[in-house]
Amino acid sequence: MKRPGLRVPALPRLRGGNPQLLRGLRARLVVGFLVVAALSALTTALLTYQEARNAILQRSQDIAVNDLRAQVNSLAPELPVPPSQADLDSLRVQLERSGKSREWDISVHYSGARDGSAQDGDVRDSGDGGLRGDVVIPAGLKASVEKRHVPAFQRVDRSGEPWLLIGMPVRQSDGRASALTIYAQLPLSAEESNVEALVSAAQRGALPVLVLTVVLALLAARGVLRPVRGLRQAAGRIAEGKLDTRLEVKGADEIADLSRTFNDMAARLEESMAELRRLESNSRRFAADVSHELRTPLAAMTAVTDVLDEDADSLDPDTASAVRLISQETGKLARMVEDLMEVSRFDAGAAALHLDEVDVGETIRKTLQARAWQKRVTAELPADVRAGIDPRRLDVVVANLVGNALHHGGEPVRVRLHAPEPGTDRLLIEISDSGPGIDPEVLPHVFDRFYKADSARARSEGSGLGLAIALENVRLHGGSMRAANCPEGGAVFTVDLPLRHEEAGEPADDGSADPPDEAWAAGEPAADDDRGGVRSAAEETHA
Amino acid sequence: MPRVLLIEDDAAVRDGVSLALRRRGHEVAAAASGEEGLEVLPGFRPDIVLLDLMLPGKDGFEVCRLIRAERQLPIIMLTARGDDLDVVLGLEAGADDYIVKPARGEVLEARMRAVLRRTALPADGTPAAAEPGPAPVETYGELAIDRAGLVVGKGGRDLALAPSEMKLLLFLSATPGQVFSRQQLLEHVWEHSYHGDARLVDACVMRLRTKIEDVPRSPRYVQTVRGFGYRFGPL
Repeated sequence: MKRPGLRVPALPRLRGGNPQLLRGLRARLVVGFLVVAALSALTTALLTYQEARNAILQRSQDIAVNDLRAQVNSLAPELPVPPSQADLDSLRVQLERSGKSREWDISVHYSGARDGSAQDGDVRDSGDGGLRGDVVIPAGLKASVEKRHVPAFQRVDRSGEPWLLIGMPVRQSDGRASALTIYAQLPLSAEESNVEALVSAAQRGALPVLVLTVVLALLAARGVLRPVRGLRQAAGRIAEGKLDTRLEVKGADEIADLSRTFNDMAARLEESMAELRRLESNSRRFAADVSHELRTPLAAMTAVTDVLDEDADSLDPDTASAVRLISQETGKLARMVEDLMEVSRFDAGAAALHLDEVDVGETIRKTLQARAWQKRVTAELPADVRAGIDPRRLDVVVANLVGNALHHGGEPVRVRLHAPEPGTDRLLIEISDSGPGIDPEVLPHVFDRFYKADSARARSEGSGLGLAIALENVRLHGGSMRAANCPEGGAVFTVDLPLRHEEAGEPADDGSADPPDEAWAAGEPAADDDRGGVRSAAEETHA
Repeated sequence: MPRVLLIEDDAAVRDGVSLALRRRGHEVAAAASGEEGLEVLPGFRPDIVLLDLMLPGKDGFEVCRLIRAERQLPIIMLTARGDDLDVVLGLEAGADDYIVKPARGEVLEARMRAVLRRTALPADGTPAAAEPGPAPVETYGELAIDRAGLVVGKGGRDLALAPSEMKLLLFLSATPGQVFSRQQLLEHVWEHSYHGDARLVDACVMRLRTKIEDVPRSPRYVQTVRGFGYRFGPL
């Protein structure tokens, strides 16, 4: 049996499964079974047919030959030598008569000299059998009978009907070959119909066998496929993150081996994932705990920095510098710890949105006012753009971006609020500066934590977490943010926020924020590489 | 100058904050635990309490509730975590405002002044003394509001309102029917300069409703306008 080339199917997509694979395997099994069954049935039938046919025909021809021989033996000795045509005719008639039951046609040849008879002519006569035909003696038969003087017979096919030809040389009483040969032809249709019956019996038997085969094949397929399906579903569950999925191990066949191996794999996977999660949550808790522990001493220090600042003027210059330094760095440390805490909250998924219906332009204006930036920043803030956002978080975002633009970019810095286009429910806030722009190599990393664009940069700019926190805040709203360089120079940060956040007031879990989509209005400077930045920040925060 | 009771378990923070406040002319009593603070309270008679939430023994929420049960003096929570639950629980326990540590002396000062101002002046910002004669008592349904005397009564009984609750009610009822966003309320009542914590407003409204409404769940006086904010009435 030629097997179809086994194509290893690609790993099925886990969700939705792959009926193709199941169908394929089942079909292959059924076809295989069918082919094997058909082949064996056919072979058996063929061999049986041949054997039976041969046996049947053998028997009937043996009987016929023996009959003929007996008849010839009883009639031939009475033939005068040389026989006349009349003698031969009467012999033929007698022989035919004796073969009534057999309906054979006889022709008698006499190759010796005789009276007025055509030599070597096939005797044509109309016998009384319905199965009369020309007795055509094949040459081979003729030769073996007349040259070698042995009786011979041959089965021939005449217009689809099987006939038996028998050639019988008549020996003289002293055993020498005579010139007389008897030929008989008789139909084998009765035997043939016996054989036919055999064949049709075989045919009739074959169909149920094949049906049974299909049923068996389907059963076998099911036996194989059910564990396979179970395995597929289990793999799917594992892929969905249900690492406690296990298969039932039944029996001791290959499927059981496979199931056992699968279970081992799942167990290992579960262990290592648990370990990873433990390590991760430990490190997160550590970061949170550290920042939390730092707060208490910082609270004590921060409370008294005012005192230091006030009194610094009345101290000697060195001490005054030292005191101012301590005060200044305490403030910085406090901000850094604050940022770390904020990041830990985002990481732990504990950052909650407190949405409020606000005038966005007004909120941004207040952010600028609170930090005394009105003079340094040009603001285009259309009135009456209302949105449901968390104003505190929006303040953090805008303050971070504007502060960033003022520190690292160059003045003038512009803040532009774009009212949502009619029909869309997203508002854009653009913060652009007039500085040298962002190095293309840095661009993908601007939102990374602690990423320093310039390694030689003074450390005094902030915690290095500002942009990362800004991005997290935007994502918490279900928005996105990107950085790019303006064609006319300077960097531009764009915040894209939905007017309404679906999960209002729900603490956002780490997977809820949509990945940044690139549905930006046409004409925006393209910044594909920004996605890298967005993604890396996102990857950092996703568990 | 206001007298401040500081309840804080960490010695360094206690000393630092006390120092900063004394420098600004406050009289400060410092307690290292809630129990100690509650003992000091009657004798010291502070104008305001600065209360750390994380305390050994009785925690800040408990102490806050115990103080509130007897007095309506301003309470500001000091919290090491801006964590949501902490703040909400503190506000529900009756605190008027909260400050996240670490905080500079001037921030502490500004917040304390804002809370204290809430009860020193009526909502319209003019000193009560400037009004000649007894101020009229406004009545809204069963509520009687005496703006000058800072007394709110209901059905003949005076209600014990915490400073922020009092000021919120005075502010809202000054213009009945007008809707104020939570941001506006934060700015006017709590004097948070920008992007304050709207939970302050929500928690305060909830506490106020439990005191003045017949059925706090379907309020009559302080109504919610979904998506916009709160208003007083219309009845």
